[in-house]
Amino acid sequence: MTQTVNHFALFPLYAAGGTALLVLVLELAFGRFVLPAGIAGGLVTIGGAVALGLRPASTFCGAEHCSWVSGPQAAVVAVLFAALTIGVLALSAPALRAGIAPAGEFCFLLVSSMAGGVVIAYAGDLITLIVGLETLTLPLYVLVGLRRFAPRERVTTTGASAAVTFFLVSVISTAIALLGAALLFASTGMLHLAVLTGGSGPLAPLGAVGAALLVIGFAFKVAAVPLHAWAPATYDGSPVPVAAYLSTASKLGGVVALAAIVQRLDTGPLVAVLAVLTMTVGNLVALRQTRTVRLLAWSSVAQAGYILAALAVGSAGVPAAIAYAVFFVVLEFVAFAVVVALRGPDADGGELADLRGLGRRQPWLGAALVLALAGLAGLPPGLAGLFAKVTVVAALINAGWGWLAAVVALNALIALAYYVRVAALLYTRPEPVGVHFADLPAPEPATTGSTVTAVADPELLQAATHPRVPVPRPVAAAVAVAVTVTVVLGFAPQWIFDALLG
Amino acid sequence: MTPYRDYVTSGGSLAQVLLIAVLAVPALGALVVALLPARIDRGARIVAMVFAAVTFVLTALLAMPNADYGWFAYGDQPPALLPWIDVSASWVPSLGVDFHLGVDGISYPLVVLTGLLTLLCCAYTVGKVPDGGRGRTLAALLLVLEVGILGTFLALDLVLFFIFFEVVLLPMYAVIAGWGGPDRRRAARKFVLYTLFGSLLLLLGVFTVVIAAGTGDLMALTGGTGLSRTVQCTAFALFAVAFAVKAPLWPLHTWLPDAHTEAPTVGSVILAGVLLKMGTYGLIRVGVGVAPLGAAWAAPVLGVLAVAAILVGSLVCLRQTELKRLIAYSSVGHMGFVLLGIATLTATGLQAALVGNVAHGVITGLLFFLAGAIKDRAHTGALADLGGLRETAPRLAGLLAFASIASLGLPGLAGFWGEAFAVVAATERGGPLWITLAVLAAIGGALTAAYFLRLLRRVTHGPASPAVAGFAGITRPEWLAWSPLVLLALAIGLVPALVLAATADPVAALTGALP
Repeated sequence: MTQTVNHFALFPLYAAGGTALLVLVLELAFGRFVLPAGIAGGLVTIGGAVALGLRPASTFCGAEHCSWVSGPQAAVVAVLFAALTIGVLALSAPALRAGIAPAGEFCFLLVSSMAGGVVIAYAGDLITLIVGLETLTLPLYVLVGLRRFAPRERVTTTGASAAVTFFLVSVISTAIALLGAALLFASTGMLHLAVLTGGSGPLAPLGAVGAALLVIGFAFKVAAVPLHAWAPATYDGSPVPVAAYLSTASKLGGVVALAAIVQRLDTGPLVAVLAVLTMTVGNLVALRQTRTVRLLAWSSVAQAGYILAALAVGSAGVPAAIAYAVFFVVLEFVAFAVVVALRGPDADGGELADLRGLGRRQPWLGAALVLALAGLAGLPPGLAGLFAKVTVVAALINAGWGWLAAVVALNALIALAYYVRVAALLYTRPEPVGVHFADLPAPEPATTGSTVTAVADPELLQAATHPRVPVPRPVAAAVAVAVTVTVVLGFAPQWIFDALLG
Repeated sequence: MTPYRDYVTSGGSLAQVLLIAVLAVPALGALVVALLPARIDRGARIVAMVFAAVTFVLTALLAMPNADYGWFAYGDQPPALLPWIDVSASWVPSLGVDFHLGVDGISYPLVVLTGLLTLLCCAYTVGKVPDGGRGRTLAALLLVLEVGILGTFLALDLVLFFIFFEVVLLPMYAVIAGWGGPDRRRAARKFVLYTLFGSLLLLLGVFTVVIAAGTGDLMALTGGTGLSRTVQCTAFALFAVAFAVKAPLWPLHTWLPDAHTEAPTVGSVILAGVLLKMGTYGLIRVGVGVAPLGAAWAAPVLGVLAVAAILVGSLVCLRQTELKRLIAYSSVGHMGFVLLGIATLTATGLQAALVGNVAHGVITGLLFFLAGAIKDRAHTGALADLGGLRETAPRLAGLLAFASIASLGLPGLAGFWGEAFAVVAATERGGPLWITLAVLAAIGGALTAAYFLRLLRRVTHGPASPAVAGFAGITRPEWLAWSPLVLLALAIGLVPALVLAATADPVAALTGALP
């Protein structure tokens, strides 16, 4: 049996996969140009996804159903994966230039992961979906631990241990998801997403177990409580740009996979329980965090809870969940990008206390972080985040799940407590160290020379100990573009809703 | 879209431009002021004042197209809410959000009051910047606050109303946390968490209504058309708690004294003057307007809580030892009168609430300006340390006495109408419950007089204490900021029609929809 393959439908995947190969060859042949090639390849992927979005096409079709289906949602998701990859490449540029990670391998792995994301976006059956998810995740195990140490630098194992944690949990979750897919196939004989059902007759319980296992397997990927324990340790142990990718693109992959399941199988109660646990635990634990990336990690756990809440409704909640995910990844990316810009290429996320007073020294970056945090909290000026929350609450009330909407609202209140703490910290004056020159008693002429007093002016000392690090151009560009997108989406959220509806 | 479009004289395109400009000018001003370089801080504050002045003029001009307007000319069944001017554009159709603004007799006085108080605060900021941060940032935040407050008063779409309601949260947090007193962080955090709690209930209420009715347009929704009794009761319960946090209504008021005590003077003025009014305005426009059956159902509870607020507020004030805290608690009592007026659900009560709202904004704004001036000069707000102000600063003492007497509701000054007619409305409502409430509220009014007279005795009379010795005279920016409020307190007291002139029809339309 031969199949006709529609190569136009596969163009985004060709672009993503081709970019990965190109990067590998460039690294071997020249040892440079990898970063521009990766970014250019990402742009071509975006172009392909947009073109395919305008003229939808499917391929790998059986008698009735296709395994590669394009639609408006697929286009949005594919564009987002490629854009996030470009953004993370830009954020990593200074670290790659400084040789902290090997540039060729880094770019190859990240672009491969992007190819996995593109597969998820267009997946039309369960196997393609899981293969896409694995292609998305596999390179990340390496990226999490990929770090070179300078000759005299202290070698730490945090990256390696984060990678191992991530690897083990991820493999187990994939095994569970595959088992679920197998049980579902055994009970219904269907794998295409378009005709996925829970099974009927004596095999119905088997199908229900299969659906539940699929949800649990994918819930690992979005770090839903109680399957979340890997996330904070992994985020905090990996380089900050990779953590940015993990909490945006990787999470988006999980959300799209979950959305494909919940809109066709009856998993509402399970997802609702996961949602309530995820947002509540995520927010409560985030209250107690003292490290920047850990706080963002726990907050992103909580944010996944809001997405799960919309998914619990079933097919009616899917557009709201995807829309929320789109707004969320943009805001989350801004937050991580600002952390990268503030911390420099070779530092980890650091303590929250390190952010103290940064908004006064770096007003633009401070404003960008405040915008992102306000958006994550769902408040103006982060209008994008406000619309995201409104979308989820509206979808829940519309479906008659008022109690879950109330839980979401309550959690938004808890969340504000820590977002506002971080935002306020940015504008807190630094701890006073030393003595103001003006406060010193005027030296008496008779005794000068005989005593030497060591004094330090707090502002001079602050300026000396916290030099204003210039933000590398690619990082600045990534922050600027992401902030622009956030602001535009805040005023014109309808573009996302239109794009998702096609 | 809305089925009532035919009835609306939109006021012509010039008026619509005016309406948009009322929001656009302060927003632009905030952006410009924030982007001006740090070295011309004072210049930036003057620019902010100019933007605030332009906005104030624009808000005042909103009444112009009203000259030859009468809604009864438009047929048998006019909508219960008919704005003088309105502008509508689709914003986020997926969520049913229209960018629909409009102004009518109920919102107009509050809009002008917002414009005025922001202008006065910006002018005050030109002369004096509280410690904590840059003056131009404070001025920019004041303009952002103005956008949020004006937007809330002008919004004619429920979701838009909610969005503007949220806009003020973080800027006000920043004003308190950035320029406030020693315990500012805790107070600011308490403020933002309490008010967000209110906002989130509002969000739930808004979507309960929007989804049940299929539209968020207040013109279509006012009167409770198309909503079942259950939906109205649920929605009103959510709205009532949401707005009760903002207003604030006892027992949800505990954020208010802390926020006021720690906030800088201009923050307190905006907070007491207009921010609290978003709660009472929302209760009238959204609560009573959209869910009249729910309002009727919950009115007794609201009335009891309002009277409790009056009594608790005045009793707590009798024991207060700190100047700003006392004025803050007096707000709880005064807003209790406003809420009692609303709870009666009679035309008299609603009008009393509207005039009480504006009067409280004017008088308490003035009181906070004066308290700030006294604290700045004496470096203490403790009543025990102040005393004999009359000896060292007779003008300041005179103004404080004027504002206190206006606040305690002396006939002829602005405070009188709202309080007296809230009590009258409760008596009119009749029945044992409302008569009891009226009597208790009247006793609360007497207690109000008691604590304000106590305040005057402690602060202005007696021998001069060391803290008030050597007070500087009232500076020019201070006169500039205060005199309009003094005049308004007098003018509204003598001619309450200034506020009430255009409210008769909208209030009649609101009460007409009640069961």
